[in-house]
Amino acid sequence: MKQLFTFIRKEFHHILRDYRTMMVLLGLPIVQLLIFGFAITNETRNSAIAVLDISKDEATQNVITKLESSRYFDIDRSLTSSQQIEQAFKNGRIKLAVIFQPNFQNELMHSNNAQIQLIADATDPNQASTLVNYASSIIMEYQSELNDQNKLPYTINTEMRMLYNPELKGAYTSVPGVMAMILLLISTMMTSISIVKEKELGTMEILLVSPMKPAMVILSKVIPYFIVSLVNIASILLLSVFVLGMPIQGSIFLLIAVTILYILCALSLGILISTATDSQLAAMLISLLGLMLPVVMLSGYAFPIANMPTILQVISNIVPAKWYIIMVKSVMIKGMGLAGIWKESLIIGGMTAVFLLISIKRFKIRL
Amino acid sequence: MQEKEVLYMKAVELENIVKTYSAKKSTVVAVNDVSFSVNEGEVFGLIGPDGAGKTSIFRILTTLLLADKGIANVLGYDVVKEWKTIRSIVGYMPGKFSLYQDLTVEENLEFFATIFNTTIQENYDLVADIYKQLEPFKTRRAGKLSGGMKQKLALSCALIHKPKILFLDEPTTGVDPVSRKEFWEMLKRLKTMGISIVVSTSYMDEAKLCDRIALMQNGQIMKIDRPQTIVDEFGKNLYAVNSANMFRLLTDLRAYPQTESCFAFGDKHHLTMKEDNPKMLNDYLTNAGHNDFNISKIEPGIEDCFMQLMKI
Repeated sequence: MKQLFTFIRKEFHHILRDYRTMMVLLGLPIVQLLIFGFAITNETRNSAIAVLDISKDEATQNVITKLESSRYFDIDRSLTSSQQIEQAFKNGRIKLAVIFQPNFQNELMHSNNAQIQLIADATDPNQASTLVNYASSIIMEYQSELNDQNKLPYTINTEMRMLYNPELKGAYTSVPGVMAMILLLISTMMTSISIVKEKELGTMEILLVSPMKPAMVILSKVIPYFIVSLVNIASILLLSVFVLGMPIQGSIFLLIAVTILYILCALSLGILISTATDSQLAAMLISLLGLMLPVVMLSGYAFPIANMPTILQVISNIVPAKWYIIMVKSVMIKGMGLAGIWKESLIIGGMTAVFLLISIKRFKIRL
Repeated sequence: MQEKEVLYMKAVELENIVKTYSAKKSTVVAVNDVSFSVNEGEVFGLIGPDGAGKTSIFRILTTLLLADKGIANVLGYDVVKEWKTIRSIVGYMPGKFSLYQDLTVEENLEFFATIFNTTIQENYDLVADIYKQLEPFKTRRAGKLSGGMKQKLALSCALIHKPKILFLDEPTTGVDPVSRKEFWEMLKRLKTMGISIVVSTSYMDEAKLCDRIALMQNGQIMKIDRPQTIVDEFGKNLYAVNSANMFRLLTDLRAYPQTESCFAFGDKHHLTMKEDNPKMLNDYLTNAGHNDFNISKIEPGIEDCFMQLMKI
């Protein structure tokens, strides 16, 4: 027991004395969360759009004011002819153009049929359709206001409600994703590197030729990073609740429990990597390329899994982060209990067991 | 355990040990049918150039490698079956050993003491001589120590659990001559405490500091004996020759029909002759146009013996 304690203290010396690595370990989650939460986001806000308003009447003014008052658009009124539209798109000044037909109000009031053309820059198709949707729903809103004044016999009103994330905040996807990524990075990469480092330095030889059991050596390598991961979990959750304004709907204890399960999975993966490599560089490359890439690409964090080709959907099942992100979303955002996530917990638990078993099989008591 | 010690008076025994490494298509025989034994309380040296198989033997004895063939015992314990026991009683300093650079001197020693279930205080007397020199720097990080200091610290770490036998793989490689001398003095002191020591080195001058040595080359042992005996068995008169033009001297000496062997040794060439006649050599060299040369009879060293054995 004293051996274990001393060994763990030694590991903490390694971590704490390497300031740069420590800053990365503890600072990275915070920086990443803030970047993904604020700067890099899929939310459409303040997009530059142009309005070509030749009729310049009360109706067009009302529509423009409505567009302007939404937080989605910044309106550029400088266009005076349709020739300028393409130029504005080409030099990237605008994402969307709203073009009113001539005599807009007249047509609207007298022929009951006025036209607005929406032209979007579809180089980014998602953004283009989002902008078109926002713009048309604002225009629809204006129309229904008009209709309120003179009742039409048949109307169908669509009423939308965005469940769980009514404000469509980006943080709701970035927080679970960042958690999955950071924990994997710290637990897997750092553990595998720190075990392989002992091999590279030649100290593993001494540790093997000592009364200390190999399992104890591994355990004492793993515990410090487990603790560092817990610290990170605390900082991520505090940030997401108090800075990004993303409340934890479900039980915080359940959330922490599934996170610990995921950390254990990542740690055992780190041990597995360390049994397969002899150099720190190889361990780092395997952790980064072999793990970070799948987490970003196949976990459903960056791209929806349902939209992927079948083969990638099948592969995504072996990415632990996919299951973890599902669990975090269920507990944190939807407020589900254990009953809703037992399947995912079992899968991650099973993966952990498999990783550990292979590691034990592969661990060399000799050189 | 006590009984067993009485039964086995040998600290280490190897019999017909073979170890091969296979890399891709070629196989390298690192240790080729090696047998030797080390008596208790003896300083036994494995002497040979890099690649002679010294490290492989250390790793087999410390249970880190499995031999392909042969049996080996350390203090009577089989290296294959009783590896756990061996690991808790031997002290080992690997050639690559570099301590934890970011821990202080004291922390390193404390760590290794605890790993071996002991404390610095408990065995302080054992490492006292060595550690006293390090104590002024005990809060310094190991990475900031000089090469000699590092080796002393490493030795302290290998010694702290009071092992009955110490395996030191090239402990003085890369260490300055003064520290090397001090290091060997420490080994002598450890020997008086009854610790058996197996040490390897590629410095021939360190060989004569061992009780017995094994001269190794290409995975095989060429000779095992006391250093003095090996030197005595050289059996030939050895001459050191030098002149103003050392390079031409070497070619001329090798062309000399009576030359048996001739090697460059620093600032002199060491020479043995078939017919021991320095006067004839003197005439030969004068005829060859060397004027500033000097021939003197010298005592052979281990290195001369090594070169002689290599030729056979």
